[in-house]
Amino acid sequence: MQFMLLFSRQGKLRLQKWYVPLSDKERKKISRDLVQTILARKPKMCSFLEWRDLKIVYKRYASLYFCCAVEDQDNELITLEIIHRYVELLDKYFGSVCELDIIFNFEKAYFILDEFLLGGEAQETSKKNVLKAIEQADLLQEVCGLCPR
Amino acid sequence: MPAPIRLRELIRTIRTARTQAEEREMIQKECAAIRSSFREEDNTYRCRNVAKLLYMHMLGYPAHFGQLECLKLIASQKFTDKRIGYLGAMLLLDERQDVHLLMTNCIKNDLNHSTQYVQGLALCTLGCMGSSEMCRDLAGEVEKLLKTSNSYLRKKAALCAVHVIRKVPELMEMFLPATKNLLSEKNHGVLHTSVVLLTEMCERSPDMLLHFRKVWILVPQLVRILKNLIMSGYSPEHDVSGISDPFLQVRILRLLRILGRSDDDSSEAMNDILAQVATNTETSKNVGNAILYETVLTIMDIKSESGLRVLAINILGRFLLNNDKNIRYVALTSLLKTVQTDHNAVQRHRSTIVDCLKDLDVSIKRRAMELSFALVNGNNIRGMMKELLYFLDSCDPEFKADCASGVFLAAEKYAPSKRWHIDTIMRVLTTAGSYVRDDSVPNLIQLITNSVEMHAYTVQRLYKALLDDISQQPLVQVSSWCIGEYGDLLVSGQCEEEEPIQVTEDEVLDVLEGLLVSNLSTPVTRGYSLTAIMKLSTRFSSVNRIKKVVSIYGSSIDVELQQRAVEYNALFKKYDHMRPALLERMPIMEKTASNGPTEIVQTNGETEPSVPDTKHPPLVTQPANQANDLLDLLGGNDVVPVIQTTLPTKPASAGGELLDLLGDLSLSSGPAPAPSVPISQPPFLLDGLSSQPLFNDISAAIPPMTAYSKNGLKIEFTFERANPNPNIAVITIHATNTTEADMTEFVFQAAVPKTFQLQLLSPSSNIVPALNQGSVTQVIRVLNPQKQQLRMRVKLTYTHKGSPIQDLAEVNNFPPQSWQ
Repeated sequence: MQFMLLFSRQGKLRLQKWYVPLSDKERKKISRDLVQTILARKPKMCSFLEWRDLKIVYKRYASLYFCCAVEDQDNELITLEIIHRYVELLDKYFGSVCELDIIFNFEKAYFILDEFLLGGEAQETSKKNVLKAIEQADLLQEVCGLCPR
Repeated sequence: MPAPIRLRELIRTIRTARTQAEEREMIQKECAAIRSSFREEDNTYRCRNVAKLLYMHMLGYPAHFGQLECLKLIASQKFTDKRIGYLGAMLLLDERQDVHLLMTNCIKNDLNHSTQYVQGLALCTLGCMGSSEMCRDLAGEVEKLLKTSNSYLRKKAALCAVHVIRKVPELMEMFLPATKNLLSEKNHGVLHTSVVLLTEMCERSPDMLLHFRKVWILVPQLVRILKNLIMSGYSPEHDVSGISDPFLQVRILRLLRILGRSDDDSSEAMNDILAQVATNTETSKNVGNAILYETVLTIMDIKSESGLRVLAINILGRFLLNNDKNIRYVALTSLLKTVQTDHNAVQRHRSTIVDCLKDLDVSIKRRAMELSFALVNGNNIRGMMKELLYFLDSCDPEFKADCASGVFLAAEKYAPSKRWHIDTIMRVLTTAGSYVRDDSVPNLIQLITNSVEMHAYTVQRLYKALLDDISQQPLVQVSSWCIGEYGDLLVSGQCEEEEPIQVTEDEVLDVLEGLLVSNLSTPVTRGYSLTAIMKLSTRFSSVNRIKKVVSIYGSSIDVELQQRAVEYNALFKKYDHMRPALLERMPIMEKTASNGPTEIVQTNGETEPSVPDTKHPPLVTQPANQANDLLDLLGGNDVVPVIQTTLPTKPASAGGELLDLLGDLSLSSGPAPAPSVPISQPPFLLDGLSSQPLFNDISAAIPPMTAYSKNGLKIEFTFERANPNPNIAVITIHATNTTEADMTEFVFQAAVPKTFQLQLLSPSSNIVPALNQGSVTQVIRVLNPQKQQLRMRVKLTYTHKGSPIQDLAEVNNFPPQSWQ
């Protein structure tokens, strides 16, 4: 995977994870253009498209679009499953997750993603193990004291 | 100073902003507060401030002044700080910036931290954005962690290693020992990441691939793991809709693909498991289809047996009928990849594919279009073209150029008749004329020139199209060119194919002049029309009118037009005697890929430059459909084997005409192009050179060729020209056998396209001795009066080590000298 973007139906970015080295300016441009392209697509269209020289896989969950750019050899159908797994993890963690959860707890959304994927590939295929790791890490954060939030 | 506001408080506040300006104001205020807080080197609230900064960065505001703060957070001992610090580093720093190198030491320390979650953070950050320098510095640490028994860290180390290898490929070797027992882990996370690591290594290094294949014999291990996944009962931890760990299954299938590619043994070892997965996977949900998809990709890429390949294509066929758009898309993509190698199998799904042309989804339409073009052949051309033209009419503009080009290509290859071909071209030009590529125009013109008997019909249809619409430039260009060439046919009303229209010379000139002045015409188009008008001066009687037009454009602002007009003017004045010859009907043009004359020139040691096409009389002017004869022959079961005969026969007298022609022809001189000559004329360059010795020289230079080489049987062809008939090629086949057993009852049969005649003399023997101890020779005589490209289908039967063997092959690589 090269990158993953989460954005609302108004085109506001809620999460951006980049697995390839690109400057801030380049990232902004790609995000803007890709978001426009996807928002322009009709609801019944297929989840895959070729954009520039990338393969894009995207899926809408309620008011959020989950969008990944994958390599040529990557399996698009399993990428859909990866997206779904991430949504399930968020759902389990936040309890019936909605966009607001991700807005107000964006750093947690990143932490969960970083326990599920690493360098663009899945590091853990068991839902239970990912959630357990996050739980432990959260505990560690509490115990460390002085959580200035 | 009051404590900086909390993160969620900030988020709430910013969200209340009603305008962009209001938001910007809030952000600026907060940024100023954060900046002063940073300046005070406040450890307590650094984490909070950086978190806020990250939020504002996501909204699109600059946050570079927080970069160093992230480093300070990473260096902190508090887990909270590290968590936000590493996150900030991943978001704000990228490897182009020098600042990020300062992280290296921190990461190194954290990789050796006592708490695995800290180690995890370090591995994650390194594996996500580590630069080459960082990777070089820290590869050793990663390798160490790859060998730990802690599966939480081991799986992360594996993916981190993948990143290191991508950044610094030379470091791959050092990870090899650590990968040795990765696959014996029970933990699925480790298994998954290990497979990813092994895949990366195999893809990058052929040596590694060989090593894994032959030395570690990875395939059986992977097969076993996959089998366990499928056969094992319900495992709640890894279950997705009834399938156990689909992510791992897919990665294993992908690694198997790489291992099995071009390796028979590996492919055989995975045959069974692939068949099992292909037949037993539940297809009601996307998960199952994802696995099937990967399986199909693997089957098609390795050396699988034909039964398995057919199974794979049938799975794709079922995918095409699936309600889920995504599945259909994926099926079309895969079929496109396999259509070259498994053409017949894909043909069976042609009607479904054509239906996909009507799909609403752009991506599916594109795939279906590409696939449809790949499936067009001589048998289905009429039906397919109807669908494709309908598609061309109604598709989005982004498709039109590609579709038009595809239609032209297909029409050229498989047109069942000239009339159909011209009609198809007309249809494309009139419906998608402005999207036709510029390079199609000369190709189309050449095609039209070559359809001699259709000239009148073509010019009439093109003229009518011009009357309707002059906005589509390619159409206008082709039309003006044709009117210029065949205007005489147009006004004389000679059309046979349809009702001839009544057109006067003046009307034609009106149209062409209209093009010159119209705003819709591009400069190129204007050039075409001016030249056309000029050409009509030798075909029409209203020369004065033409003279007037030409002289007007002598002072045109457009330099190109001006130059043309001035030169044409000169033609009228000083060079009027040359005008008829210069503006004569064009000869039939050869395609630029001709290699006839120049080859023969070289073998004779002549140094004549290759003469431009337009001055050449043609080599062959067969209409496109005769080429289909060969396809009929090769495509079907109607191969007519030539019966062997023991009688040598005299060469057919058809060839004699060629000699006569050679004797009579003289070198034509001057600037005029040679008049169009009848079919089967020898190339222009040979005129004036003596005939017979010439051909003998050539025959001495015809190189032998290997016609067939498979399973130890090799058949070579050597050539001679039959003297005195140069139309007959005498081929001697030499069959040799490199295996240790004789090939007995050896029978060689051959078939050629209908325009040739073939005669097979009796063979020297029917045993091809083993180990090249001797050969079987046999003489074939091929009569090729129309000098078409020689192609042959051969059938070989023999007995080898007790079993009968039969093989069919096509021989297409005849050297050009053998049939010219």
